[in-house]
Amino acid sequence: MKNIIKLTALALAGALALTTGAVSADKTKVGFIYIGPPGDHGWTYAHDQGRLAIEKELGDHVQTTFVENVPEGPDAERAIAKLAETGHELIFTTSFGYMEPTLKVAKRFPNVKFEHATGYKRADNVSTYVARFYEGRYVQGVIAGKISKSNVIGYIASFPIPEVVRGINAFLLGAHSVNPDIKVKVVWVYTWFDPPKEADAAKVLMDQGADIITQHTDSTAALQAAAERGIYAFGQASDMIHFAEKTQLTSIIDNWGPYYVARTKAVLDGTWASTDTWDGMDKGMVVMAPYTNMPADVAALAAKTAESIRSGAFHPFTGPIHNQAGEQVVAAGAVADDGMLAGMSFYVQGIDDKLPQ
Amino acid sequence: MELLIASIMTMMTAATPLVFAATGELVSEKSGVLNLGVEGMMLIGAVFGFAAVTLTGTPLAGLLVGSLSGLLAALIFAVLTLTLLSNQVATGLALTIFGTGLSALVGLDYVGETIVQIRAVHLPVLSDLPIVGRLLFGHDPLVYLAIVILGLSGWFLKHTRWGMILRAVGDSDGSAHAIGYPVIAIRYAAVAFGGAMAGLGGAYLSLVYTPLWAENMTAGRGWIALALVVFASWRPSRVLLGAILFGGITILQLNAQAAGFGIPGAFMSMLPYIATIVVLVLISRDPIRIRLNAPACLGRPFRAER
Repeated sequence: MKNIIKLTALALAGALALTTGAVSADKTKVGFIYIGPPGDHGWTYAHDQGRLAIEKELGDHVQTTFVENVPEGPDAERAIAKLAETGHELIFTTSFGYMEPTLKVAKRFPNVKFEHATGYKRADNVSTYVARFYEGRYVQGVIAGKISKSNVIGYIASFPIPEVVRGINAFLLGAHSVNPDIKVKVVWVYTWFDPPKEADAAKVLMDQGADIITQHTDSTAALQAAAERGIYAFGQASDMIHFAEKTQLTSIIDNWGPYYVARTKAVLDGTWASTDTWDGMDKGMVVMAPYTNMPADVAALAAKTAESIRSGAFHPFTGPIHNQAGEQVVAAGAVADDGMLAGMSFYVQGIDDKLPQ
Repeated sequence: MELLIASIMTMMTAATPLVFAATGELVSEKSGVLNLGVEGMMLIGAVFGFAAVTLTGTPLAGLLVGSLSGLLAALIFAVLTLTLLSNQVATGLALTIFGTGLSALVGLDYVGETIVQIRAVHLPVLSDLPIVGRLLFGHDPLVYLAIVILGLSGWFLKHTRWGMILRAVGDSDGSAHAIGYPVIAIRYAAVAFGGAMAGLGGAYLSLVYTPLWAENMTAGRGWIALALVVFASWRPSRVLLGAILFGGITILQLNAQAAGFGIPGAFMSMLPYIATIVVLVLISRDPIRIRLNAPACLGRPFRAER
């Protein structure tokens, strides 16, 4: 039943997207697979901004196409293959669950270049890329630790995967660096995009005393729920200030544009090679939205923290860091290596909750 | 205490779209028509309601357009099943799939738009009373409207002449026809009411609950409303209880997580459905009760014999 609906939607979306992409033959075609609609103002919106950046900079040589609302799983394989069949030379697949489908299609089309976001499996024609969002989470933690009055922060989490767990840990470390009394309440909603459920989660967290809401889901619903009750919240993936002018403290902006342009240029001049990219504030892949609705000293502290992360002077996961069992996982003065960060599946000390397995 | 009040308030808003949709479906089923298109009608109501507010800027217009669009969708269903005598189950499913697609298409231009949200009312003295003030007088106006409509529907079905005729049509269409009541016309009216209520429930989601439009944003609430009618064994008084239970369980499972109780959320999410199955089994074991409450002609097409 649900599959029929999804298939219909997919077919419709595919038909729409592909028909608008009628191109003259001399342009290089670049394709995108989106998990949600570009109008989610979160994850997919940010990727679409990256696509538009390509159009803007290389529009004379490049034509872009996107397919939206592609479910992770077998449907994804079909959608990716469709783009490859229709002459796209570079294809960005922008969700973790597209990993296996991307690799499968890449095998069938060795001349097409693929870029898979947030994955860890590569091939000769498949690169992976992700941003160090945890850097932004740490800054948000510092802000929350400074301005929370109830010392309870509500955290809406999607799925217990390393990317999300890393974010929660970074947020807590940031908050505890300025206020060790902060408690982070985590609610798992097991979805990336379900606005009513995200709003429910925000309301429940506020009911339980949270006076700041942060989220690792894609819609603006949680921010709007916080706005309705007049408390502060963080945006997600793009600057959401337009949805809640008196509510948003800042937002981690996923700035894919520079990377997308660079990779497209590499295909144009024939220098593209399979790589693994994990950039953060230093390369401008993670950008903080303006610090709003907070006292000037907090905004200054946030900016200073972000700057020290950007310059490399400070790493959010600097020891000593203990896990919940009290074992030291990062020694004093040392920094967590990328292997530990990439596979992070434990809570740091200070989170009063059990991580779902 | 504060947490309890806050949780009940949140549960009431979660229950409201279910109360709207289930009330409409109950009236429709009482007349003998099973409309499985609730989910689709809710989505249609949600997107057209949202579009109306975006275009006009008035929340009231959104609610009107939302329920009107649900009503029109239900009329398509009525023409197919009542006039053209197509299978109600298949047509209802088709209506849901149609509604999902149509709402996504219409909604393309409205994704990411913002609107002015309908806020909770604040009555000067009453809302400030301790405890009861917020519980009784602190909701948004639609919460009250849902309860009023539910109450009126119950009263209509039980105590008015036309309510009794509607039930007679649902229990024995042949007899009602023989006495001279317009069976088809009454069913048209009941289905239309069901559609309007489903549309209103959908509009509540996109205008009040989360003031935004997102594809498929009802996320199965239409199906829950259908289950709710069975759970309530076709009695309006039980719909409210069931809606609070069904809507509340989501809130409770999120609350349990936030409080760190360690109960798996998925387990609690499944509870209302287990309850529905239990109710189904219970009422099936008691044939008299079924006859008392369930419309005997539910889902059967009616063809007038001269």
